[in-house]
Amino acid sequence: MKSGDQSAVAELYDRYSGVVYAVALRILGDAGAAEDVLQEVFLQLWRNPSGFDAARGSLGAWLAVISRNRAIDFLRRRRPETDIEDVVLSVAPDLAGDADRSRAAEKIRGVLGAMPSLQRSALELAYFEGLSHSEIASKTGEPLGTIKTRIRAGLMTLRKAFQT
Amino acid sequence: MSSHEQFAEDLALYALDALEGQERSNLEQHLATCAACQRELEQLRGDGALLALSTLGPKPPERARKRLLDAVASEAARVSPVRLREPEGHRRSWWGWLGWAATAAVILFAASLGKENYELKSDLRMASSILSQRTADLEQARSLASALTNPEGQHFTLVALKTPPQPQGKAIYVRNRSSLIFLANNMPSLPSRKTYELWLMPVNGAPVPAGLFKPDAHGSATVINPPLPPGLEARAFAITVENEAGATTPTMPLVMMGEGG
Repeated sequence: MKSGDQSAVAELYDRYSGVVYAVALRILGDAGAAEDVLQEVFLQLWRNPSGFDAARGSLGAWLAVISRNRAIDFLRRRRPETDIEDVVLSVAPDLAGDADRSRAAEKIRGVLGAMPSLQRSALELAYFEGLSHSEIASKTGEPLGTIKTRIRAGLMTLRKAFQT
Repeated sequence: MSSHEQFAEDLALYALDALEGQERSNLEQHLATCAACQRELEQLRGDGALLALSTLGPKPPERARKRLLDAVASEAARVSPVRLREPEGHRRSWWGWLGWAATAAVILFAASLGKENYELKSDLRMASSILSQRTADLEQARSLASALTNPEGQHFTLVALKTPPQPQGKAIYVRNRSSLIFLANNMPSLPSRKTYELWLMPVNGAPVPAGLFKPDAHGSATVINPPLPPGLEARAFAITVENEAGATTPTMPLVMMGEGG
């Protein structure tokens, strides 16, 4: 392998490993397992870089979502449910640097903090624990329809906060 | 917002992989034919990505970087088209299942005539279109992997023509596959409604647009596999500042340029 090739992978790793690892660690709560997810996400990017479509979102956000999906698969001890090339999202921030990432995270946390707690909780149970809407309803004792409404309203709140 | 309000809440759940059962099947059936809901799904996934981006934590241990680079070097040493297939034991992709779906549809088509005819033809057209896309995706993956590993790949380093602070761009270009990977650091911020444009400077002929990019607050940017005409021999790569929509010919001055080495 030529040194230039390795340095391209290393450069992407240096830019985005922080967010990939942080997401996996938040979901799994285990440094070793999070490191395995980190390794898998970047190896998949290396094996199939065309899974990322630069026209439809930022690489940082895309890698964060892949990390989340892999960590949830790991948490629920299931085979990967999402092929890397199936994930398409539209999102603006790229967050290649630690400072950008910290600022964005702070802003998102602010928006989450201002949400009604049941709405935030429904979002987090779905996103960070990988629970289905019926599992959330069962856990919280609330009707399915209420859970659906809360999750959509939560996502809309996040969207509005980042629309300028 | 979706034009199909009845699916709005299910789409939000689906974007977080939280929808299941019959509701999931019904939505997937609808998504297969509704471009508006597909766009809304992408948007919702982007909204969900903000949750992922809200996480902060310690940096990964240094050994993780070495482990990754060792694994990449090891895979690159035995690179072949076969490497791009799915890993052993990996779930068969839904594209793959659609291949079987297309076959099943052919059998059904032969067995049942009459009013189902139109629907089956439509299914086949969709499966065929998706499979073509899958083939194109695989070709692109091969192309990019080759760009990273091809011993004949030309490497270009772009540096500022004027003063520090030291903006730098790295372009890796493989001519016979028209593959280009470009990474930039320390790029000065742009005036509003302006963008950087990367140019492939051919040995013969006019500069060719090779992607638009705006650096983040850190000055970093990436361009991966922009559309390029096939087989162009590159003499150099250059960068200009253009209006937001980009340009078809470079607006002088060139702010950065690098020749192949």
